[in-house]
Amino acid sequence: MENVGQSIRKIDGMAIAMGKPVYTEDLAMPNALVVKILRSPHAFAKITSIDISKAESLEGVQCVLTFKDVPNARFTLAGQSYPEPSPYDRLILDQIVRYIGDEVAIIAAVDEKTALLAMKRIKVEYEVMEPVLDFEQAIGHPSVVHPEEDLSCNFEIGLQKENNITSSSHEEVGDVDEEFKRCAVVVEDVYYPQAQAHTMMETYRAFTYLDHAGRLIVVSSTQVPFHIKRQLARALQIPASKIRVIKPRIGGGFGGKQTGAGDVFAGLVTLKTGKPAMIIYDRKETFSATTSRHAMRLKVKLGADQEGFIRAIDMQVLSDTGAYGEHAPTVLSCVGHYTLPLYNKTRAVRFDGKAVYTNKMPAGAFRGYGATQGTFALESTVNRLAEQLKMDPTEIRLKNISKVGETFLTGQGVMLGSSTLDRCIAKGKELIGWEEKFPRRVVSYNKVRAVGMAITMQGSGIANIGTASAEIRLNDDGNFTLLTGATDMGTGCDTILSQMAAEILEVPMEKIIVHAGDTDTSPYDPGSYASSTTYVAGGAVVKAAEELKMKILAQSAAILGVGPQDVEFDGLAVRTLSGDQEISFAKLAELTILGTGKLQLVGYATQGCEVSPPPYIAGFAEVEVDQETGKVDLIDYVAVIDCGTVINPNLARIQAEGGIAQGIGMALYEQVRYDEIGKMATNSFMQYKIPSRKDVGKVRIAFEESYEPTGPFGAKSIGEVVANTPPPAISHAIYNAVGVRENHLPITPEKVFLGMQKL
Amino acid sequence: MQIELTINDKVVKWEVANDEFLADTLRSHGFLSVKKACDTSCCGLCTVWMDGKSMLSCSVLSLRAHGKKITTIEGFPKEAEEFAQILSAEGAEQCGFCSPGFIMSVLAMKNELVNPTEEEIIHYLTGNLCRCTGYMGQLRAIKIYLGVA
Repeated sequence: MENVGQSIRKIDGMAIAMGKPVYTEDLAMPNALVVKILRSPHAFAKITSIDISKAESLEGVQCVLTFKDVPNARFTLAGQSYPEPSPYDRLILDQIVRYIGDEVAIIAAVDEKTALLAMKRIKVEYEVMEPVLDFEQAIGHPSVVHPEEDLSCNFEIGLQKENNITSSSHEEVGDVDEEFKRCAVVVEDVYYPQAQAHTMMETYRAFTYLDHAGRLIVVSSTQVPFHIKRQLARALQIPASKIRVIKPRIGGGFGGKQTGAGDVFAGLVTLKTGKPAMIIYDRKETFSATTSRHAMRLKVKLGADQEGFIRAIDMQVLSDTGAYGEHAPTVLSCVGHYTLPLYNKTRAVRFDGKAVYTNKMPAGAFRGYGATQGTFALESTVNRLAEQLKMDPTEIRLKNISKVGETFLTGQGVMLGSSTLDRCIAKGKELIGWEEKFPRRVVSYNKVRAVGMAITMQGSGIANIGTASAEIRLNDDGNFTLLTGATDMGTGCDTILSQMAAEILEVPMEKIIVHAGDTDTSPYDPGSYASSTTYVAGGAVVKAAEELKMKILAQSAAILGVGPQDVEFDGLAVRTLSGDQEISFAKLAELTILGTGKLQLVGYATQGCEVSPPPYIAGFAEVEVDQETGKVDLIDYVAVIDCGTVINPNLARIQAEGGIAQGIGMALYEQVRYDEIGKMATNSFMQYKIPSRKDVGKVRIAFEESYEPTGPFGAKSIGEVVANTPPPAISHAIYNAVGVRENHLPITPEKVFLGMQKL
Repeated sequence: MQIELTINDKVVKWEVANDEFLADTLRSHGFLSVKKACDTSCCGLCTVWMDGKSMLSCSVLSLRAHGKKITTIEGFPKEAEEFAQILSAEGAEQCGFCSPGFIMSVLAMKNELVNPTEEEIIHYLTGNLCRCTGYMGQLRAIKIYLGVA
């Protein structure tokens, strides 16, 4: 193939690398009002009085808005397909503040200094209430985070607000308790994956203005333009037809930008003042007033027979969703959905979970979306089981993993369409040197090296929910325009989607113009999340391109005076099979659009899938542990990936390396921490340590391609699955090195050191 | 207060406030390659050169630039593009937000270090954070650029 499977550079690569002005802030009008947010200093309080007079009277202040000035319609910031599973539990500004950082007032002024000065002049009195800070104490806590009557859900999610339960999830097949009794070996443990911060380099930002028709235009650094449009319509109580959301280049998202942030505040200012407004969250706000990964407690119990077949799995999850329920129900259920199907020799499986409200920053979508937490817990328990059974950890996987054509207990009969996970495991073993290195080697008087491993899966899009549309038209000049709502956030989807279109249309990529992420002009796409873009949006692009190709053939044949079966297509022109006549795309365009044809040729398709085929990874870590200090150095990390057909090997590899690095951060360094009053203690890069280039060791990626029959060119997803293996694989390696099983992430030197003292 | 400086080989006179930082001044004059991302002088995105040395423009008062020679990536498109081509051929710009500052550091490193080892390269660039790539692709690009194995 000319395009698909090639490491083609990103079409925007040079512009963004060279610092061209293509991001949200670069595009904002210089006269935009600066919007700042006064935030709550209390974890849980009621505003008893708020005096804005001294702020309003300051010269240069355009407006100061409080809870008295906002529509009384609860909404969710979660960017999800309608009907959103997340509860409508927030107002733009509320009289009750539910975490330190919750919004109290919106200030808009001519410049930042004036806005900040005005903020200081707002006098607020609070009635402080007892906060819920420990998520394990949330159920039954005397404080109720969301007592309000008007909180609502689109459908039943198991919300019990009087108990601080945001949502509940239960799935059970077979008799789990009976099955455990029959098992020869049963292991059980409890895991605490932490809250993790996305820390995309471009913080949250948006600018808003009214266009010539009085519509609200929102230029936003978002992964979900269409969801932002719907969210704003509800929050601001204006018709969705009055809103246009445009996504320019994005400086990273990782799921964070699947949740709305400042759009609604800037939008409100523009509606109130009629003026352009710009909101940029600083790094502190980005850390402490947006979202993080859901911190969880997971209890996992596994039972196996003598031969090592896993017969029963029980997983009980408690998820901390913080002050608002963005993504609470879906992240919770995905813990099970993206882990349990790994192993299908089971006879009974039970998943039970609850997400709870606390008075901390909300959790939200984050690359991996529950699978990351679930993989840490399940895979760590499988490693434990292998040890009990005296089996090699790779062997127990090979014995138990689901294979092509098979089903799994909780899968309602869906058959697995593609997998090379067995080959991924074999290749990973070879690359890391498993046979020589497992489990440990002493390398000096105080240092030990050891290896560990884990496997993982994710989905590709959301079955029966995620849809995407794409349109490709033949332009008057013989070039093509690809319209898509998919949102490139650095991932390169504008490039890979045009690779796919170019492949079908057999034209060079330069002939395809991509226009994406604009709710006025793009066909509907939920946005780039849920590992959807390659698989779902890619599927739509392929279908649209095929439709256009058929139309080009038919129209050309008609012009040439032959039947459609008598012409062929080579990307430059349509020729008769006999070779005596041909018509170029440029000529065809001229005749159809400008001439007598009067029919611009357009291919259009909507793609929605009944399945969400899993990509797989086998991850292997080699660590060196200092037995005197507990310090862990990651020496080598090998990830072997089955993402179906690799559409663009370089971009897929970078995605994988970056996801692995985030997983390494989660395993060893990163943690969102709060102090005793619920104030975030990690609100800058000085306290919150993401890996630098010295902290990631060596990361090596290999692909074991499968062919997914339902995917475009056989492709599955890659964006999220890459984040999942490092926590369990590194934890396993550390255990193999020094015998410390640390289930609270991150695994810091202190924890390893203290763990060694207890051995 | 007025300062006079050389920006990308052009002498300019700019009005700046006493408490204004160079990154903001540069952005306000249209040098939009200069990005800010941390507010705590530790991410490297705002890296520019002052008198030929790389520095964090978010942490230098604009007044300090008086009489200095400031270079941003807009100042040497040819050299920067040569490396950017290699970087993006690896796919290692990803979201691109950290790339201009990173490229400024790489070009400074090329001037300062002779035949650096992998360890020296990593050490020199530790202050340039990236959340997308995991750094491996950047290292591959640098090795190609410097012609080291």
